[in-house]
Amino acid sequence: MITGKQKALSEVARMATPYKRVLVLGCGTCTTICFAGGQKEAAEMASSLRLLGQNEKRRQVFSEHTVRRQCEWEYLDEIAPLLKETDAIVSLSCGVGAQALAERFPEISILPGLDTCFMGLPQEPGVWIERCLACGDCIIDTTAGICPITRCAKGLLNGPCGGSVDGQCEISADIPCAWQLIHDRLASQGLLSRLDELPPVRDWSTSHSGGPRRIVRQDLKVKKAP
Amino acid sequence: MRAMKAGTNLEKVLRSGAFAVTAEIGPPKGAVAAVVKRKADLLKGSCDAYNVTDNQTAIVRMSSLAGCVMLKEAGLDPVMQIVVRDRNRIAIQSDILGAVALGIGNFLCLSGDHQRFGNHPQAKGVFDIESIQLIQTFKNLRDEGRFISGDEISGEMPLFIGAAANPFADPVDFRVARLAKKVRAGADFIQTQAVYDVERFATWMKGVRQLGLHKEVYILAGLIPPKSIGMARYMRDYVPGIHVPDEIIERLENADDVKEEGQKITLELIEALEEIEGLSGIHIMAVGWEEAVPHIVAKAGLLPRPVV
Repeated sequence: MITGKQKALSEVARMATPYKRVLVLGCGTCTTICFAGGQKEAAEMASSLRLLGQNEKRRQVFSEHTVRRQCEWEYLDEIAPLLKETDAIVSLSCGVGAQALAERFPEISILPGLDTCFMGLPQEPGVWIERCLACGDCIIDTTAGICPITRCAKGLLNGPCGGSVDGQCEISADIPCAWQLIHDRLASQGLLSRLDELPPVRDWSTSHSGGPRRIVRQDLKVKKAP
Repeated sequence: MRAMKAGTNLEKVLRSGAFAVTAEIGPPKGAVAAVVKRKADLLKGSCDAYNVTDNQTAIVRMSSLAGCVMLKEAGLDPVMQIVVRDRNRIAIQSDILGAVALGIGNFLCLSGDHQRFGNHPQAKGVFDIESIQLIQTFKNLRDEGRFISGDEISGEMPLFIGAAANPFADPVDFRVARLAKKVRAGADFIQTQAVYDVERFATWMKGVRQLGLHKEVYILAGLIPPKSIGMARYMRDYVPGIHVPDEIIERLENADDVKEEGQKITLELIEALEEIEGLSGIHIMAVGWEEAVPHIVAKAGLLPRPVV
């Protein structure tokens, strides 16, 4: 999933200050399941902004709504009627959803209510960890199903660096050394000799380094009428 | 005898079979050339080559290339350290061309300390290629005359390629294997992480000899002379991959003159290391204490340095 973290209320309130009628819009998919921007969080944020606005004697109106996904056009249509009474939307989706709103409703100001963090998974209640950088060229068949590009702080490809101690990454005791994990899993699979290989220099053009990316599937494109 | 790669003083000394001595020179946090020149004058004649660090511990300092050129002008043989943290393959290859044009022949390939440790923790880490791929890059430039892209380079590329090794990091059983990868990638010489635990180092060297790696690459054992008790404790507690036994700390704590004891410890380490089969020399990293290097080398009986 895509994970996100709500911005501080004071920061959201600051962004919303110039607008009279503000819609706090939740997203029913990724940010719902990471408890950052679902229906409940949208209601809480609207309520908090309302209280803060009253305390500071601002004449603002906050409402809330949640769509199934902010990142797909078909789910955005349902909010069109609400926008007649809206000057700005605080989006509680990831950056994809927030930008979709800006594109679909160019007359409305879109304010990010959360920071998109990473693609990852919940490790335990209250803890999410990063797992994929979307580099566009997956190699985890060679690394025992563990991505070193994402999980090694230096993105190394040739095994643990000199800072790997007691299974921990040198940058933090909270981060396991990805290459120790790879080493141990390969060892348990009897595949340790894989670490002797010298992987070639990476082609980063499949990542964001190649510019904003797009996928084109000819088989799915709608054919234009002749 | 191995074929000559770059003909630097360091390479010649190592090829002669003499026990080599290198030291680290940290460039200043400023643009004062006199600081580098003073250190060069201080260390001249005490070592065979001198590493100039590349923004070590991710703290901005004068560039390694500039420092190397100043050492060269002062008559010292420089080793240009290059980390992959701050530059991509375009910038790194360009810097290598410039360094060779300026007469630099020794290079040390490193990942670099993560930017989190330095004075710009907000920086974007590059890590386009990694340290072993950097060794391969050097080898390709020299032996194939080609850039990473495959494009041809005009002119000769005399390069003596160095790499680091840490015998004390985990997983322990992988440490010799990782060295073997660096040798296969093209390393000509190795400078190791600081040794305080000779026994552990000797165990690693035994593994190195079992694979015959000491015949393919020159290995120089790293040494950090402990300057103060605080520094030794800091290395023990906070520097990942440096193993400082408590016994060293206790000796410093009980010493009347800590600096003298630090030098004494270093001399004892050198004496023990000289006994290890397959070791080609030592690399002294006297961080912020370069003036100690000539004394240590002299007292270790390693002067005068060979003229080759």
